[in-house]
Amino acid sequence: MNWNWLNRNTDQILSWLLAHLWLAALPTLLGLLLALPLGALAFRYRWSYATLITLAGLLYTIPSLALFVVLPGILGTRILNPLNVVVALTLYTVALLVRVVADALDSVPPLVRQSATAMGYRPIRSLINVQLPLAIPVIGAGLRVAAVSNVSLVSVAALLGVPQLGQLFLVGFQLNFYTPIVAGIVLCLLVAAIFDTIILVAVRIATPWTRAVSHR
Amino acid sequence: MTGAWTWLTTGANWSGSGGVPARLLEHLWYTFLALAIALVIALPIGAAIGHTGRLTGLVSGLANALRALPTLGLLILLALWGLGTFKGDIALLGPAIAVLAILAIPPILSNTYAGIAAVDPATRDAAKGMGMTGREVLTKVELPVALPLIMSGIRSAFLQVVATATIAAVVSLGGFGRYVIDGNSQQNYSMMVAGAILVAVLAILGDRILALIGHFVISPGLTGRKVRARATTSDLVVAIEQEGGSAVLEPANRAGGDR
Amino acid sequence: MINFDDVSKIFGEGDHRTAAVEDLTIEIPTGKITVFVGPSGCGKTTSLRMINRMIEPTSGTVLIDGVDTRSIDAPKLRRGIGYVIQNAGLFPHRTVLDNIATVPVLDGQSRKAARAVAAELLERVGLPESMGSRYPAQLSGGQQQRVGVARALAADPPVMLMDEPFSAVDPVVRAQLQDEFLRLQGELGKTIVFVTHDIDEAVKIGDRIAVFAVGGRLAQYATPAEVLSHPADDFVADFVGHDRGYRALSFTVAGNLPVRDEPTLLLGSTADPSLVPPDAQPSEPYWVLVVDDARQPRGWVDARRITAGRPLGLGDLVLGGSLVGPQSSLRTALDAALSSPSGRGVAIDADGRVIGTVEARDVLDAIETARVAQGLLDAADQRPVSGAPAGDAEQAAAAVPS
Repeated sequence: MNWNWLNRNTDQILSWLLAHLWLAALPTLLGLLLALPLGALAFRYRWSYATLITLAGLLYTIPSLALFVVLPGILGTRILNPLNVVVALTLYTVALLVRVVADALDSVPPLVRQSATAMGYRPIRSLINVQLPLAIPVIGAGLRVAAVSNVSLVSVAALLGVPQLGQLFLVGFQLNFYTPIVAGIVLCLLVAAIFDTIILVAVRIATPWTRAVSHR
Repeated sequence: MTGAWTWLTTGANWSGSGGVPARLLEHLWYTFLALAIALVIALPIGAAIGHTGRLTGLVSGLANALRALPTLGLLILLALWGLGTFKGDIALLGPAIAVLAILAIPPILSNTYAGIAAVDPATRDAAKGMGMTGREVLTKVELPVALPLIMSGIRSAFLQVVATATIAAVVSLGGFGRYVIDGNSQQNYSMMVAGAILVAVLAILGDRILALIGHFVISPGLTGRKVRARATTSDLVVAIEQEGGSAVLEPANRAGGDR
Repeated sequence: MINFDDVSKIFGEGDHRTAAVEDLTIEIPTGKITVFVGPSGCGKTTSLRMINRMIEPTSGTVLIDGVDTRSIDAPKLRRGIGYVIQNAGLFPHRTVLDNIATVPVLDGQSRKAARAVAAELLERVGLPESMGSRYPAQLSGGQQQRVGVARALAADPPVMLMDEPFSAVDPVVRAQLQDEFLRLQGELGKTIVFVTHDIDEAVKIGDRIAVFAVGGRLAQYATPAEVLSHPADDFVADFVGHDRGYRALSFTVAGNLPVRDEPTLLLGSTADPSLVPPDAQPSEPYWVLVVDDARQPRGWVDARRITAGRPLGLGDLVLGGSLVGPQSSLRTALDAALSSPSGRGVAIDADGRVIGTVEARDVLDAIETARVAQGLLDAADQRPVSGAPAGDAEQAAAAVPS
């Protein structure tokens, strides 16, 4: 590991790191926000479940690089525009999370749902106040997967010129030099670990009842 | 877009060593090789873990960790190492296939062990009680019953490999990824999109074919994809791990009276 | 015959030592149903599973027909023993027919021959032939259980082990399964060890009952009638339950109960309230037994409420309860009297035709007589007198508990 090189290029690396954080986090959050209502729909209306899941599946089947390449044509952006990455990864995240949300809602015991209704909760409020909170652990697990995947997928976009940590790999390849590559991998892992931890902690904070039970 | 169509309909692009059929074969070859290696490694280990019930934490932890690894970085890292260590084609091909295989292992491993672990203990008990040896229980009962999950793991792995093989073009591998990489350096957007479309079609078709194979191989007595009505967090994490890299999500069988 | 020779199963060591089964010595007779019964944690299932070596004893020997089970290769041993468990454990990936054919195929029989045997067995356990090509997921719990039994019978093993096979179904289905199982055993005569936590099931099914107490101790090993009437200790008495006196009545045939004549009305005939005799209590209903053309009892009608001139229909009748047949027990006789609106139990002959009625007080007299007789017997044998008449073993087997 050539620390000198790293020292000299700290600014560039940091800017790439920041870009990477942004490019991975934004789609994850957007994807979640979109997947929540869609997943709730799929859960509520059984007939839509099959269609939505099949579409999601189809989307998820498309390899990332392919999507990064095709989107500019559809969106009218340039190839190396980070927007492509955000849109593509958002699509992936939605595709992954729709099913997770639907299944998470399904895992809430029907009796709980029924008592909420019996107590006078309207469907939407029941969803937001009762079912979603109970579904948080499962959604959280899915979100962690999505976040971590996104971190890895962002780096692929380096091939198209998008500036982020993935560029370190290309630099290393061109210069026949391990340092940037290892640095890139380590930083990616770090970012993934941070995202993973943030989500874990958020889930724990949002579900105080699970902690209470496990301490018995 | 229309550029891509033009490119795809140009006869020249379908012949020669840079033509579509040749690239298709290359892509399929890498995929097949990587999957074969992954299967040979992951199936037995997954079966063993699922059977004995040990090390599951370790395995899912590892699978999660592997998902975090940037594939591009891994490819380039090993490619450099390969270039430094070997001569000739194997220098790049070897490491690339190794990476592909490594990435294909987690979905197959997770799903195999989950599938086997999910076999109803009563079924296992009955099999043993009827006089099957340990090996017979595994091959005649556990594996067939776990087959739906195993197949879905294989499908996940397939998609993961196809996707990564595309990226591997950057380390001079062939396959459809070449069109994307070369197109990028030549500023030939049509070629890039054509490549992207070809990869997408390959992925989707391949997945459908695997699904079809699964349909014939899996006993009709088993419900297809198991997401049980009361998915616990760990169940769903397994289900997601199947879908980790890139996978096909399918509607699970949802009979009305399903518990 | 199966022998347990001082068999123990101990888990853990030193301070954490728990005995699932403690020094069990018991002889299980050939061709009979022996029931292991007891509360959770009493070692009944552990003991059962030591017979086919699903669990290995810590000490002691298990012998089947004099052969030490440890001297035979375990899978081979198990192929010769039928094994039925709760929830059946059917292979979900195989058809019903292939499930049943499992052991014969394992033993090397051709799949075709095995399937033929399987088809026969399917019929034997009361399932239609069409079910053979279905998958377990398509069957109800009761059906799955029957397939489980058929599967255990496929290799025609002399010994069958059954671990709470009927516990996972609802009571109605359970009663049906028990009855059919008894019928099947009547045809097959296998050596059966049956585990249950339900004393009623044990009493109904078992030729002999082994009552286990928590900690793997064998508390009593005797016929059902014996266990009900002479429980060996407080544990057994408590486990059997507080109405064991009443239940023990199932084991005494009603035999010589006086049957009184009973005037009857024919279903569909017309009658009028004038048939109520003038000296009958005016505030009470006057019950008359109604029979059909075959002289089968259909119900009781209150003569005071008959509409004159209109033929008697089923809608006019109040149904009675049990019927007292020639083989019925004292318990059935008492119930017949108590469940009838008139207080008179209908007595029928072997063809189901009404021969008269029995009164509750006559049944109670008979119970008292039997009790006194048993007391004299007990005194002669110098045994502690129990509360209820025991009847003898053969009658116990012949009586149909209600």
